Amino acid sequence: MTTDPMQVRIDGPSPAMSVALDLAKRSLWLAPVVVFGSAAIWGIEGVYSTLYALLIVVGNFLLSAYLLAVTGRISAALMAGAALFGFLLRLGLIFLAVMLVRDAWWVELVPLGLTLIVAHLACCSGEMRYVSGTLASPGLKPQPTPNPYLPSSDADDAAASDAVPSSSNAAPSAPNAQ
Amino acid sequence: MSAIVNTANTVLAQLPDGATAADAKGISAASSAGFAYGLAAIGPGIGIGYLVGQAVQAMARQPESAGQVQTTMFLGIAFTEALALIGFVVFILLKFV
Repeated sequence: MTTDPMQVRIDGPSPAMSVALDLAKRSLWLAPVVVFGSAAIWGIEGVYSTLYALLIVVGNFLLSAYLLAVTGRISAALMAGAALFGFLLRLGLIFLAVMLVRDAWWVELVPLGLTLIVAHLACCSGEMRYVSGTLASPGLKPQPTPNPYLPSSDADDAAASDAVPSSSNAAPSAPNAQ
Repeated sequence: MSAIVNTANTVLAQLPDGATAADAKGISAASSAGFAYGLAAIGPGIGIGYLVGQAVQAMARQPESAGQVQTTMFLGIAFTEALALIGFVVFILLKFV
């Protein structure tokens, strides 16, 4: 097995992309809080600026993960290059995204800048707790479970039976048994 | 720091005679904000380079743990990038507010 980063490829589904999508979902939970906060202080311009900043943060995460996923399938060394030059590229894109709209009537720079920092750090902190928990205890990772009150397809039933063994054929669980 | 002062002095020495104190203040504020943004991007650049280099080495040595390494690497990149974002926000607040 080679250990040359130029030849190592990272196949399979990209964890970075799933983390980025998870971060995007977390930003949906965060959005009402920051939007109401900025609406209370800066009014309608604050709302628009906050939503624009959230869009920039989520787009930044998704672009970063996409670059890592695509280049990781080619080579690990190329992924390292994409991470570094992608950092410069994304900083430039964020700079452009803010500079192009800074004179627009709906832009208030203070909530825009504060939301960029707060949303970025809040999403990362929430995701870090989740990732730390699942790395420390992989068994606690949420599994897709069927809702018994909703109609489901046969494929869902098959996937659920694979993921969660039924009580009739599963061995009795005894976590503390020696 | 002396480079910033020297650059600001050079720029101020080239001002035309009609320039006011407000113009000089605006120019020095713009150059200071630009230097702040540039300096703020250096640290995260070094951090991301070191982080990704170590992660790639780990993935090359143990490909079976590439998923975990990549997950933590991505979060590390995101946290390191927050420093550059803070520098950028300070730049736009200094320059335009």
